[in-house]
Amino acid sequence: MTDIIRTDVLIVGAGPVGLFAVFELGLFDMTCHLIDILDRPGGQCAELYPEKPIYDIPGWPSISAQGLVDRLLEQIAPFKPDFTFNRMVSSLEKLEDGSFRVITDENEVFEAKIVVIAAGGGSFQPKRPPIPGIELYEGKSVFYSVRRMEEFRGHDLVIVGGGDSALDWTLNLQPVAKSVTLVHRRPEFRAAPDSVNKMYAMQEMKELNFHVGQVTGLTGTDGHLSAATIKGPDGDSEVPCTRLLPFFGLTMKLGPIAEWGLNLHENLIPVDTEKFQTSVPGIFAVGDINWYPGKLKLILSGFHEVALMAQAAKRIVSPGERIVFQYTTSSTSLQKKLGVAG
Amino acid sequence: MTKLTFIAHDGTHFDVDAENGSTVMENAIRNAVPGIEAECGGACACATCHVYVDEAWTAEVGEPEAMEEDMLDFAYDVQPNSRLSCQIKVRDALDGLVVRVPARQG
Repeated sequence: MTDIIRTDVLIVGAGPVGLFAVFELGLFDMTCHLIDILDRPGGQCAELYPEKPIYDIPGWPSISAQGLVDRLLEQIAPFKPDFTFNRMVSSLEKLEDGSFRVITDENEVFEAKIVVIAAGGGSFQPKRPPIPGIELYEGKSVFYSVRRMEEFRGHDLVIVGGGDSALDWTLNLQPVAKSVTLVHRRPEFRAAPDSVNKMYAMQEMKELNFHVGQVTGLTGTDGHLSAATIKGPDGDSEVPCTRLLPFFGLTMKLGPIAEWGLNLHENLIPVDTEKFQTSVPGIFAVGDINWYPGKLKLILSGFHEVALMAQAAKRIVSPGERIVFQYTTSSTSLQKKLGVAG
Repeated sequence: MTKLTFIAHDGTHFDVDAENGSTVMENAIRNAVPGIEAECGGACACATCHVYVDEAWTAEVGEPEAMEEDMLDFAYDVQPNSRLSCQIKVRDALDGLVVRVPARQG
């Protein structure tokens, strides 16, 4: 059995609202562990629009999304949150003592007194390209990421896309694959120019094939691919294909949280507006993923929600303890926690 | 007000009055045009507000910029007249613009 990771509060999602929850919970001495499917904190702010300015963060007339994430990380640093990245939460179980056991897709086990779902639009997952019947081959011949390069050794590999993932794997898998065909809908690439130049050089040497076009059909039996049809400017062509790697970006899906037995409202989690608690006591939902009458999907609404949620969480974590409302400006005890006491 | 027409995938026409300076995507969302998802809220970051610009309007609407082209890589069944509707700003010259919604977004 793997070691159990224990924390007061398990936060699902490390976007801006999940991060600020650490602050509000930390003021009440609760320890936090955040899990995110991305490889870094920031959620949509980091993944979708890091460079875009946000104009409705109070006190910041304009701040880039990544800038906001960086400052939140600085703000919560005194509370020493733990992070687990590249993981999706899969199951949740309520234990006899009222706490929760949460297991990730890589079988790490967490136990927490409180679970806070701050999962935004859901977990980022690879987008399935619009190729008819592709789902029949997924997991056997079609993969959305490369976990072990050996799985591609000796295969006729078709890689679809024009970003860094597509180009990097084209270059890295070329030595182990039997053949590599790169398919992209136009001759311009988003990927780093250096990788693109290398790819064109390899094509020149006939070490790989690059097709301008879109994959429109797959041929194979029992989940095992044999060929792919590519629709290009000069019509259809068929290339040998026993492994397909599409890189079509990410989309957001609620994922396994939908199976946790919480009430749902159009893929959102209804909460009350006093505690932002879900239909299961001890599980809270904050930020874009929750729903209540009048809900606005704004980062600033999420910040408000976590402040109220923290009060309710404290009552569960430390039952019977008196909760004193204090200001960070004047309370020396809060300032000690923040490491700024004089 | 500038008139826009969205043609949903099932052929239904949505005629809407749009304010200059707003994006075509915003008008689709405001008028609940089916098939425009706009997952990212208009940041040119998701390719789920993909539309086909009617052939008569492609010249006036213009070509996508590099960032939009990059995003279009993720869209479904991209055609030469494909655009992301969050990147088309409504203006007087687009009065009467017709755009079609694809079968699906990604």
